[in-house]
Amino acid sequence: MAEIRIHNLRKEFGDFTAVQSSSFKIEDGEFFMLLGPSGCGKTTTLRMIAGLELPTSGQVYIDGDEVGQRPASQRDIAFVFQMFALYPHMTVRKNISYPLVSQGMPRLQVREKVAEVAQILGIEGLLERSVGGLSGGDRQRVALGRAIVRDPKCFLMDEPLGALDAEFREHMAEELRNLHDRMRATTVYVTHDQLEAMQMGDKIVVMNHGVIEQFGHPQDIYDKPATLFVADFIGSPPMNLLKFHGKVEEGATSALLHHQALGTPALREAFAGDMVYGVRPEQVRLSDSSGFRGEVVATEYLGTTQIVTLKTHNGEVKARFASDQAARAGETVGLDFNGATVTLFDNQSGRALRSALNEGVFAHG
Amino acid sequence: MAKVVLRNVTKSYGSTLAVDDLTITIEDGAFVVLLGPTGAGKTTTLRVISGLDRPDSGDIQIDGRSVVNETPAQRDVAMVFQQYSLYPHMSVRDNLAFPLRSPILKTSEAEIARKIRDVSEVLHIAHKLDNKATALSGGEMQRVSIGRALVRDPAIYLMDEPLSSLDAKLRSDLRVELKRIQAKLGATMLYVTHDQIEAMTMATDVGVLDEGKLVQFGSPREIYENPVSLYVAGRLGLPRINALPAELFAGAPAGAKTIGLRPEHIQHGEGKPSKVVRVEHLGDQTRLHLSLEGRDIVTLTDAHTELEPGDTLAIQPRNALYFDATGARID
Repeated sequence: MAEIRIHNLRKEFGDFTAVQSSSFKIEDGEFFMLLGPSGCGKTTTLRMIAGLELPTSGQVYIDGDEVGQRPASQRDIAFVFQMFALYPHMTVRKNISYPLVSQGMPRLQVREKVAEVAQILGIEGLLERSVGGLSGGDRQRVALGRAIVRDPKCFLMDEPLGALDAEFREHMAEELRNLHDRMRATTVYVTHDQLEAMQMGDKIVVMNHGVIEQFGHPQDIYDKPATLFVADFIGSPPMNLLKFHGKVEEGATSALLHHQALGTPALREAFAGDMVYGVRPEQVRLSDSSGFRGEVVATEYLGTTQIVTLKTHNGEVKARFASDQAARAGETVGLDFNGATVTLFDNQSGRALRSALNEGVFAHG
Repeated sequence: MAKVVLRNVTKSYGSTLAVDDLTITIEDGAFVVLLGPTGAGKTTTLRVISGLDRPDSGDIQIDGRSVVNETPAQRDVAMVFQQYSLYPHMSVRDNLAFPLRSPILKTSEAEIARKIRDVSEVLHIAHKLDNKATALSGGEMQRVSIGRALVRDPAIYLMDEPLSSLDAKLRSDLRVELKRIQAKLGATMLYVTHDQIEAMTMATDVGVLDEGKLVQFGSPREIYENPVSLYVAGRLGLPRINALPAELFAGAPAGAKTIGLRPEHIQHGEGKPSKVVRVEHLGDQTRLHLSLEGRDIVTLTDAHTELEPGDTLAIQPRNALYFDATGARID
């Protein structure tokens, strides 16, 4: 299998720069997510790894070989698209065999290989069926089968679950990840769905406007966002972003919002100006003793937990806590934030201020 | 707004029974969500209320009068489909104004302008009012079709998965907005979805459908905490309720075939040893995939758990749900 390294990769389409200057490394056997909104450059990055686009500048290394300017056919990768591209007039067996037959593999060997792949995917019973009559999930399995059968160095997937409905997507996500855990093939996966990225990925690159905003383990990205964009893009509901104007000193453990000192991790830098106090919904508690007040606007019941939306002087806050705790619309309540988990941002640049919480992440990021 | 009652409504298409003897009351001002998988009869129910389809038998009453012989226009319902349907040659503004310019309604132009302004702000399309409908993204077109229903003041709003084509962020914003608008207008709403988060967060009442039959009707909390069957229990809750053989743990009541365990029903640290198969860090919490005597169990734990694949975790049920051989709930 393969290690993939991207170095200063850039892609321009005429006046438009799709990817600015990306560098990151995908370890051998990793399930790696390229995450971001539409137009962020994630698919272009994937296509450059595949060789479907050639970079304007920069390098792509697969197992140490620089392949940036080589065509897809010379890279030994397998690409799975959002829309499963199958040959509709052929059987499942012919569809899966096709890449091997066109390589000139002997027929007996092809049969063995297809049987093995069909067993991995649980589609042994479908081999003689025509692709036309299959359900969406089975088609996607066949498309995967055609990618796996070649034993490529790595798999590149462009929103392979994007066209499926929610319940089935959940199921296929689990199946894909199990498949990966068995085969341990390096996989690069493009998605705009942050939950899918968190759930499936060993590592995540978050992109926006062609720029890498953050690169790391899912939990680190969630807990220690490097930018306002990441804070707002990851999490459902996303991080609460309370705007305020003021000044913080190096070493401080609180910030002053609307005359109330709200806790922060020990800050590693001073700052003055427009800032944002970022706190995750599950780190917000209702507290009668708190002087920071909010009016309950809405409550959303989710079974085990609920999401309560509050209007505060510094903007809207969503809190997530156990659904047996009462919160009624119209009520004004005090809010308490778990300061150790908070990130402060420079509102102009969107950059996170360094603190005891995030200094480890940024040191190697 | 109005109360809507369906009494013993049955509808089949050829040999397929889509809605089977359905009786349901949608109170004036209620937000009722019909929940069920594809083919459960959700969309057919909306179509017979709106008058797009005629029931084979049974009665439909809107505001106390039977409407089965009325045309869709006479019934005064507003329907939003999953797939947006706009007039492509018109601007967004004219698309929104169209239902209000109907000669039956006699709405003044000033009133039309005011309603369009209100609705377009709520749906974040105020800056697109002068665009051609075709110059919008898919998500924007869907918001215009929702807007076209909201400008009216019908007896009932009927919505068929209106948010399913929107991206996650917009969907969560519009969930809160739709609920707020409905409460503010006191509107009666019948809303079809297979997204359980929409059902849980917006509904005053959830009706769970199974093969054309209404199997439970109640508040989201009742449906979640007190399901009448394993089928209903599986409709709400993420991760989905774990259904395991009742004898796996001691203490099952007589007649129990299946034990249903939601994450909050699984106590960690005591009981039978299970093996941790996979750990998914979702950020706010962590999803654990466990294996217990060959059975898969999915549950939740703290975001910063130290558990890793290969570890052993003892688990036991706490206030679990039990079901008999037919899937019916046992108390």
